Amino acid sequence: MKAPFSWLKDYVDIDMTAQELAEKLFSCGFEVEELVYLGEKINRVVVGEVKSLTPHPDSDHMQICKVDCGEEYGRELQIVTGAPNVYVGMKTPCALDNSTVAESNPAMLEKNPDGIKKIKKGKLRGVESFGMLCSGEELGINDDFYPGAEVNGLLDLAKDAPVGEDIKKIVGLDDWIFDISVTANRPDCQCILGIAREVAAVIKKPLKEPDYSYTAHKTNAASVDVEVLAPDLCPRYVGHYVENVKEGVSPAWIRKRLVLSGIRSISPIVDITNFVLLEMGQPMHAFDADDIGDRKIVVRRAANGEKIVTLDEKEFTLTSENLVICDGKKPVALAGIMGGLNSEIKPTTKNVFFEAAKFARDNVRKTSRALGQSSDSSSRFEKGVDAYTNELGMARALHLIEELGCGTVTDMRRDVCAADLAPRTMTASIAKLNALLGIKVPDEEIGNILARLNFNPQINGDELKVVIPGYRDDIDGYPDLAEEVIRMYGYDHITPTFLEKASVTGGGLTDEQKRELHLKTALCKQGFSEAYNYSFYSPKDLELMKIPQDGAERNAVKILNPISEELSIMRTFLAPSMLQNAVRNIRRGNDEGRQFETANVYVPRNTAASEQPEERKHLVLGVWGGDNDFFDMKGAIERIAEIFHLDFKYERAEKSYLHPGVSANVLCDKTVVGAFGELDPSIAASLGLDKKVYLGELDLSSLADKLDDGVRYKNLPKFPAVKRDLALIADESLTCEQVEEVLMHSCKYVTAAKLFDVYRGGQVPEGKKSMAFTLTFTPDAQTEKAFTPETLDNFVKKILGNLKFKLGVELR
Amino acid sequence: MKEKIEALRGEIESAMEQTQTGRALYELKVRFQTELKGIMSGMKDLPKEERPAFGKIVNEFKQAMEEKFEARAVVVRQMEMEKKYASERIDITMPGKKYKAGALHPITLVKNELIDIFAGMGFKVFEGPEIETDYYNFTALNTPKDHPARDMQDTFYLADNLLLRTQTSAGQIRVMENEKPPIKILSPGRVFRSDDDATHSPMFHQMEGLVVDKGITLCDLQGMLAEFARKMFTASTKVRLRPSYFPFTEPSVEVDLSCSECGGKGCRLCKGTGWIEVLGAGMVNRRVLENCGVDPDEYTGFAFGMGIERIAMLKYGVNNIKTLFENDTRFLEQFEE
Repeated sequence: MKAPFSWLKDYVDIDMTAQELAEKLFSCGFEVEELVYLGEKINRVVVGEVKSLTPHPDSDHMQICKVDCGEEYGRELQIVTGAPNVYVGMKTPCALDNSTVAESNPAMLEKNPDGIKKIKKGKLRGVESFGMLCSGEELGINDDFYPGAEVNGLLDLAKDAPVGEDIKKIVGLDDWIFDISVTANRPDCQCILGIAREVAAVIKKPLKEPDYSYTAHKTNAASVDVEVLAPDLCPRYVGHYVENVKEGVSPAWIRKRLVLSGIRSISPIVDITNFVLLEMGQPMHAFDADDIGDRKIVVRRAANGEKIVTLDEKEFTLTSENLVICDGKKPVALAGIMGGLNSEIKPTTKNVFFEAAKFARDNVRKTSRALGQSSDSSSRFEKGVDAYTNELGMARALHLIEELGCGTVTDMRRDVCAADLAPRTMTASIAKLNALLGIKVPDEEIGNILARLNFNPQINGDELKVVIPGYRDDIDGYPDLAEEVIRMYGYDHITPTFLEKASVTGGGLTDEQKRELHLKTALCKQGFSEAYNYSFYSPKDLELMKIPQDGAERNAVKILNPISEELSIMRTFLAPSMLQNAVRNIRRGNDEGRQFETANVYVPRNTAASEQPEERKHLVLGVWGGDNDFFDMKGAIERIAEIFHLDFKYERAEKSYLHPGVSANVLCDKTVVGAFGELDPSIAASLGLDKKVYLGELDLSSLADKLDDGVRYKNLPKFPAVKRDLALIADESLTCEQVEEVLMHSCKYVTAAKLFDVYRGGQVPEGKKSMAFTLTFTPDAQTEKAFTPETLDNFVKKILGNLKFKLGVELR
Repeated sequence: MKEKIEALRGEIESAMEQTQTGRALYELKVRFQTELKGIMSGMKDLPKEERPAFGKIVNEFKQAMEEKFEARAVVVRQMEMEKKYASERIDITMPGKKYKAGALHPITLVKNELIDIFAGMGFKVFEGPEIETDYYNFTALNTPKDHPARDMQDTFYLADNLLLRTQTSAGQIRVMENEKPPIKILSPGRVFRSDDDATHSPMFHQMEGLVVDKGITLCDLQGMLAEFARKMFTASTKVRLRPSYFPFTEPSVEVDLSCSECGGKGCRLCKGTGWIEVLGAGMVNRRVLENCGVDPDEYTGFAFGMGIERIAMLKYGVNNIKTLFENDTRFLEQFEE
């Protein structure tokens, strides 16, 4: 919401600077996002009077002027000008030596984006000039700002302009624009008057209401009747008939206020509608009354397929979701958004039917979005216009018709109102109000604040009675009154307390949350850094991962209004995001990395689409570059199993995105809970990756009730564990797991069997391999003495016997 | 015989002085012992009466020489160590070997820190669903369909009634529906808004806090936030409340903290104001309590919600929110604790 300082001063005697006012507004809930000084570019430019003119000896169009700029700046400044409209006795802006004006040359503006032109004394074809006489353009103003500002030549100021006076004061550039952020609950402050009400309340000055008075003249015109068929979408419709409408030019004060708000003057009638929207926050529409067929206004939902051409000559096909204003036959306006071309105000318009209505904000928004058509009116209606202001806005517009003399206000007034206009009252307990705040605001303060905000408060003991202003639809309960009081009383009165009356509660993470954190720190210890990726990805990611058409990963939740195709479906697995991380890092020259992410995947339920999908927590691991291989990834997963006391088994995996020979499923209690392995080399090739990438993903939700990260302590054995290395000759087809299984279960003292070498060739026969294991024999609590070499030999003998018997494996 | 001994003494002693290593000294000793044995074997050729005197001489010689060997061994050991020291001398300026652990993401770090701060004040952590119904995300939070506040948040819809939650406030309702006051919960998590530009990410994280009990006041909110600011930033961080609007709180406040960069004097970070907008808060709206079956005349409460990324960016000086989601290892590894 943009509010010019000068306009606010029409309603309140503001006795402080713009900066001070901005602070005040900030304190009561209206943040001034930007405070712009209009005369920023103009410096050392004063009113000068041309005293004499002499032709320039070396130029056929330049003249040498003697300019009176007052006692301070010089009574006889010599200035050369080429302007044709200069004359003796002219009062015109004079830019002194070392002054600045607005850059008006478009070519220069490109080089000089701040738009400031410096003026210094100099010689023009040999004649000294101590400054420059200025046009309106050089002050950055137009006719609406100051009459005559757009003439080609010098700005001809009013004769009463005092010489030597700062030009900014004369042309209205000594002004500030407040760009105020208005919260969604205060649509009443989306206008100058609304802000002025707040200003009056916060600086404790009376509000000077605009003049709403007018005289209604009896009319002989045929009645224009109003019928509202959709009162839910149009709770109030106020119409008024104005005749003898005259063309003309709006007075300077209206044009000035419009231009400060960025609106150009068009004609008195149109200017009045714009003015009332800015001042009162009431969108107005003016129909050419003679274009209203059947002398009838009908507010109704459009028929499906009905068409309208709006003022900007765009045609729209409507549905019953759209509200239209119709005459007896056809739509003449898209309610709250834009008038129809068929009933617009023309230079020939004689009679006008004014509309000030309340339209349901949601309906205006929906129609505006659906049709892609918006206006200042529609954005105002979307925020909410109250029924109280309909009447006030109309009265103000009619007053202006009279004041501008651009028509005759008749006694033909229509008001179709379904809204309850009776003033709302509220009774609240002062004790409760203070209890919510936690401080005691003196009754008198409460009374004064609410009075300044027009709530007509009456305090009787603990009872506070108020009448809610008609424009304050947001006031709903006593906490709203508490807010009104505290924002004016000052939040600096709120002193910190620490839940003095509250009960003691136990806090912290749930066990599940703690375990997730434990998992994360465990992965960090193994060199994995935590990543965060978006919860959505692209359908192309599924293609990249070669997910088959019937793959479960394709059953994804889709976003109806995604930002882009790239971010359009919810993740069903995390591996694609991790792959993107690896790719991005490799491309940035981060040759080696380990990352993980824990996040939800979203699994649609087989029932209705409106049901919340299942959210399952997944863990994804990514490893690339360096000397990392499959077993680094496997090691990380094995560590998870160790820390959480899980019994993981591994089997070959068939995943579309993993190397078929270098990938494994992870099983827990015979259920597949995840998979890991090398990225399918064909995918790596398609991405142009020169590093191997390993991906792993676990469904943590399926493990949730199996995770146990408690410490399981075992007392230390009395005797030390002993290690023995065994080199075995095994068939090529035997897996490490098969051998390990026998090693681990042939002797109860074997607590670890770790493969440390695999060797082929040399003395190892064709089709065989040598596998070297380190066995750890740990005495248990019952063991009475340390293992002797002979005892160990016996253990090994038994183990070798088992290996030979079960797997045909022999000692090398 | 005596001459032989003296000759041997001279020979061994001069050889001994040449020894540099334990090995050479050992070899010399063996040679000495062999020679001595030879000398001693000649003893049988001596007349019987001369033998004891000669035996004494030999013994003394042997003992003296052994002492010399002992002494030389000490010297040689020292020489050997010197050599070893010299040969094993390293360039201590060469880089050290370290084992690098991974790092938690700054979002997790800040989340953990927030949980630590508030868990100590009795807040439990509740994580609600990320895909929410319109009811929990908006309607129950006093934001009906036609409410202009819905425009404040650009929502991703999945179905008519289903959306990606735009705020962790949705969790408030789920807790209040299932628990009776006193309630103190903290609800961290992912939230989504269809906003993607230099300063906005379509996904980010919020931390919502909710207290509902008897006699909770705005002053309590201020006190709790002051405690949070002190612990999260510095002991001198100040809290400023200013009026704002959220549909689910009344009164609503915007909470500013004194700028951590300049301490409130005004700098580029705080755009010269000395204050940084950090979170939104307020007293829980009566309608929200009613919607959850909590009697608003018996209980009051406050709620606050903050952007975790915002806190992380302030705390660590990260200047671009997008960096947080690029997962560049050079970025992530800086947060190792």
